Amino acid sequence: MSPVDGPGIVNPNLPTDRAVSEGRVPERSPEAIPELHEVDCPAELRERIETLIGRYPDKHSVSIPALWAVQRLYGWCTPEGIRQAAAVMQVTPAYLESVASFYDLLHTEPVGSHKVAVCTNISCWMRGGDELLDAFRAAAEGREDLFVTGFECLGACDIAPMASIDERYFGPLENAEAATAIDQLLAGEDVLPDKGLEKRPLAGDARA
Amino acid sequence: MPETRVLLEHAEDPALRTIDGYKGYGGYATLEKAYRELEANEILKELEDSGLRGRGGAGFSMGKKASFLPRGEMAKYLCCNADESEPGAFKDRELMQRNPHQLIEGIAIAAIAADAGHAFIFIRGEYDSQADILDAAVAEAYEAGYLGKDILGSRRDLELIVHRGAGAYICGEETALLDALEGKRGNPRLKPPFPAVQGLYGGPTLINNVETLSNVPRIVAHGAEWFKGFGTEQSPGTKVVSVSGGVRRPGNYEVELGIPTRELIYDLAGGPLEGREVKALYPGGSSSPVLTAEEGLDLPYSFEAMAEAGSMLGSGSIIVADDTVSIPHMALRTARFYHHESCGKCTPCREGTNWTVKMLERVVRGEATPMDLDIISSVQENIMGHCLCVLGDSMAMPVSAMVRKFRPEFERVMDEAGQRISVVQAPAEVLGAAT
Repeated sequence: MSPVDGPGIVNPNLPTDRAVSEGRVPERSPEAIPELHEVDCPAELRERIETLIGRYPDKHSVSIPALWAVQRLYGWCTPEGIRQAAAVMQVTPAYLESVASFYDLLHTEPVGSHKVAVCTNISCWMRGGDELLDAFRAAAEGREDLFVTGFECLGACDIAPMASIDERYFGPLENAEAATAIDQLLAGEDVLPDKGLEKRPLAGDARA
Repeated sequence: MPETRVLLEHAEDPALRTIDGYKGYGGYATLEKAYRELEANEILKELEDSGLRGRGGAGFSMGKKASFLPRGEMAKYLCCNADESEPGAFKDRELMQRNPHQLIEGIAIAAIAADAGHAFIFIRGEYDSQADILDAAVAEAYEAGYLGKDILGSRRDLELIVHRGAGAYICGEETALLDALEGKRGNPRLKPPFPAVQGLYGGPTLINNVETLSNVPRIVAHGAEWFKGFGTEQSPGTKVVSVSGGVRRPGNYEVELGIPTRELIYDLAGGPLEGREVKALYPGGSSSPVLTAEEGLDLPYSFEAMAEAGSMLGSGSIIVADDTVSIPHMALRTARFYHHESCGKCTPCREGTNWTVKMLERVVRGEATPMDLDIISSVQENIMGHCLCVLGDSMAMPVSAMVRKFRPEFERVMDEAGQRISVVQAPAEVLGAAT
């Protein structure tokens, strides 16, 4: 009989682990839905989530937009922020945490307030995406408030190698432009004004 | 060979983003006509007759899909799949960025055909700027009375919400998209029931890609026969094709389906970079079985020709690998993507993508033997068709094609890397351990 078959088999030579023999007792039920008065939810966050809930046929649909709102406010999905959103939505914080941990763009740990994602997928890799990521990492070394990461295909293979800097796309980038971009970003200037995706013509018009 | 711009017509004009600019080119006239004169069945019939095939990857008839929705009083939904995350695909981004109202008009017309009262555009979270553009366009459309309650006095309502995802390739899979839209982790569902019968919130749901829905206004305006005037019999219409990788002018080119692939790569995208040659290509995004240059270049770019050649048109995205690209490294890069994006629900995909990455890493490090290539192939076979969705298959198809078609190169890379190990590491690690 193996230990998983049930209680009764106790090895007297082992120390007693109360968590195993009696079950873990969490401080509070993970299923508890926080009440609004228990969390100090900023009015703007509450209003934003309540507006969203009014727009969808089912309040649960609001979970991703609500977590976006939390992340916009606090820089990442803080446990406190998640509790606040959960209180407004009247769902468990565990539920929202399970959603937040699934998605790459929702951060459940602190990150810098400026985010740089360098695409390293097939088309960008062929055009030097790995080296560009190295250049961004080197340029960000020792600078605070920056979160540099490699990322899967960002859907901009036409401007490979490229990076998403604070949610705007730039490319094709030279490795040397990584340092320039980071300097401009931290100084609050326009980042690489000539390399923004928005300003590009259609590929078929560019050669005309 | 010039482009045939239908969806990208006037796309060079930045004013097209605004409702006035769009209406200046005749926009929303079809929606007005649809509300005033057309019955849902007439729209549905036109879409079915046009033979429009879904532009998201599977290539299923859009009209047929819409006709699967049951009739009756229950709440029905329409979802626009704008979660474009397939490596190599970036056409929906261009369409949303340059002509958001075309998509909104298409959604509104398709919603009449599907009798849907709620519509959603599920856009990937990375497309923040495009989502902003859509948000602004949707607000304009509400303002102009093309969305909302009692549209144009028709007593029909349509609410349209732009819903941002948060970074997960799997959400492009239609049932995972529904779960994400319902506020859950984006895991795929067992099919059947198909979304057309039981989709969002349990109601009948029509899910179509951005490009598919963008085609709707013109098909309804000019008729199915006009649409069939473009392309081939089995692949009617034009296609916005994303060409990237080792070409001089990567970008989106709109062409009639069925043109030679060579023209797309050489004439439009400018061919390979100076002094290089095309070695292989993914004809339809990273999920499509890789074709060698000899196989792929002279094929017509159509759903049927690609299927016949053992590959697929998929989302219509060509990634060109030139002769400087190492195929085993490309296979590893491809496998890593699917490993990262596997949601973990089904074992063959979760474990299969993981082991494929580990084995391909051994190949490029020179620690593998030729037998490992056979194991890699057999792992791919055991993923295919064994999961709830096709994410695992999407890795298995290109990886097994690469191993099959470029086996000598895999063996060479393995050997060369192996020799480097024996020279560099043998004294320190192997001999050291022996003594």
